[in-house]
Amino acid sequence: MSTTGLLSRSALLLGLISALALPWLLQALGAPFYISLAGRILVYAIAATSLNLVLGYGGMVSFGHAAFVGLGAYVTGVMISEGLLNGAAHLAATLAVTGLVALAIGAISLRTRGVYFIMITLAFAQMLFYLANSIKGYGGDEGLNIKQRSAIGFGLDLKDATTFYYLALAVLGASLVALARFVPSRLGRAVIAIRDDDQRAEALGFPALRLRLVVFVAAGMLGGVAGALAVNQQGYVSPNLLHWTQSGTLMVMVILGGVATLWGGVIGAAALLLLQEGLAAATQHWEFWTGWVLLAVVLFARNGLTGLALQAWSRMR
Amino acid sequence: MLSVLLIEQVLNGLQFGLMLFLLAAGLTLVFGVMDMINLAHGSLYMVGAFLAAWLVALTGSFVLGVLGAIGLTALFGMLLEVTLLRTLYARDHLSQVLATFALILILNDGVKMVFGTDLALSAPEALAGPVELMPGLSYPAYRLLILGVGFVLAALMYALVAKTRLGALVRAGASNRVMTEAMGVPVRQLFTVVFGIGAGLCAVAGALLGPLLAVQVGMGENILILAFVVIVIGGIGSIRGALIGAILVGCIDTLGRTLLQHLFREFLPPQWASAAGPAIASIAVYMFMAVVLAVKPQGLFPART
Repeated sequence: MSTTGLLSRSALLLGLISALALPWLLQALGAPFYISLAGRILVYAIAATSLNLVLGYGGMVSFGHAAFVGLGAYVTGVMISEGLLNGAAHLAATLAVTGLVALAIGAISLRTRGVYFIMITLAFAQMLFYLANSIKGYGGDEGLNIKQRSAIGFGLDLKDATTFYYLALAVLGASLVALARFVPSRLGRAVIAIRDDDQRAEALGFPALRLRLVVFVAAGMLGGVAGALAVNQQGYVSPNLLHWTQSGTLMVMVILGGVATLWGGVIGAAALLLLQEGLAAATQHWEFWTGWVLLAVVLFARNGLTGLALQAWSRMR
Repeated sequence: MLSVLLIEQVLNGLQFGLMLFLLAAGLTLVFGVMDMINLAHGSLYMVGAFLAAWLVALTGSFVLGVLGAIGLTALFGMLLEVTLLRTLYARDHLSQVLATFALILILNDGVKMVFGTDLALSAPEALAGPVELMPGLSYPAYRLLILGVGFVLAALMYALVAKTRLGALVRAGASNRVMTEAMGVPVRQLFTVVFGIGAGLCAVAGALLGPLLAVQVGMGENILILAFVVIVIGGIGSIRGALIGAILVGCIDTLGRTLLQHLFREFLPPQWASAAGPAIASIAVYMFMAVVLAVKPQGLFPART
């Protein structure tokens, strides 16, 4: 094995161990309230990773990804508020609903290209946003509070921040493993070929539209799972989760972390949320300074933080 | 009774549509000529509204305040274009989204630092009352002013783009920028001016809508998306498309909100009608856009050939 391979393997192992030990460590440091922040980062990391799948690997600049996250949150939230607590049922319903909606949105949107695709996905997300605003039976524009959480068995309670953290970590881990396996697979290579040159890929016999749709739907479903987790963590879902600025935030995370990189979504989510948290502790005007940092990233780190790290790494060698 | 309501709502729709046009005009040119997604365009609308509210209170004159806000916002827009946005034209859409999203955060919080989260701005006293347009139909004088200003500016903008040399160069830039540059037109410098005009128009919309809606941080975010819908429907880069798209969107949105409820009451139980009416009305604009794109993927009046 090459040194780089060995290095990245040991880095991965180290990362995994510290992720597993984090709640215990925070507990020992006397800062258990940061466990819920870590959980929030994991949820955003899952959502951003799902967006990176469609945006980075699929080359489809979807500006409405928050709609799927919000949809998943609403499906789970509504089921809980109706007294249906089975976690497996929540997962199944979330996957089914977000999958079907993504299929419908994708089938229409993928007929368009470039900026028109950006705008039409945005338009569909806005439709769902206003729909969520208008369902008075489930909170309307005020949002929906849930008193209980998804029951996941084994005597575990998701209201406990540590339990939630491990569940989200497991989901994120599974998503990353799936993504890492998808990229070098036959399907993954076909999707990337279509991203880079769809006419050539089509001439080679790949059904471009259908494969794009598969990726779009898969990303939507994973986004929905992130939403189902989010409502369990917050105990609350509101239309704001579907607002276009949320889609923008997810996009910012992906670009910040690194488009079409395995860890891009995770790094972007962690960097942005930690930055916000750090700035919010120091100043009331954290948004202002977040904006400047993001601007600096666009101007000086063209391939996001991952690109910056790789650059530094190659310079060191 | 219903016809009076209809006329009133059509006027409201036109008025909203014309204000949307003022926002969309600059946006569509930036998008069309420079292929640049500027999410911060709504922030210029907010900056214009805050400057207007501040200057109106300072000078005690609505007209002076609004004119001052237009000038300052145009200057601010040009400054922004020269210092930052210009470097983004050559970048991909993702970088533009990230940078202008960052700009939204900066401007939202920046305005909050300078002016607070909201400012009071009310219509001039002389225009506070209603005007009787015809027996049984009285309409707020201030809204008539907005309609008038909107019509005049739309006509001016249209004439500027369709009839003047500056407009011809801008249109040439929108249909093929590289070729226009090759013919010796300084598209970049030209564009700083165009951006300033667009920013000034944002300030007009922000200042005039301020008394009707509210001058508050974040006010640009929802209207920005409507402006994007307008330019996509009209065809990116086309002023004529932006005008027609804006009026269509303004009327669909406004008429949908009031008339759908009336319509649904005819054949739905009232509690359903009052729930479904607003829901469908707010979605109607986006459905219209999806239909337009399905039929004409380049919008109604594509600028590029």
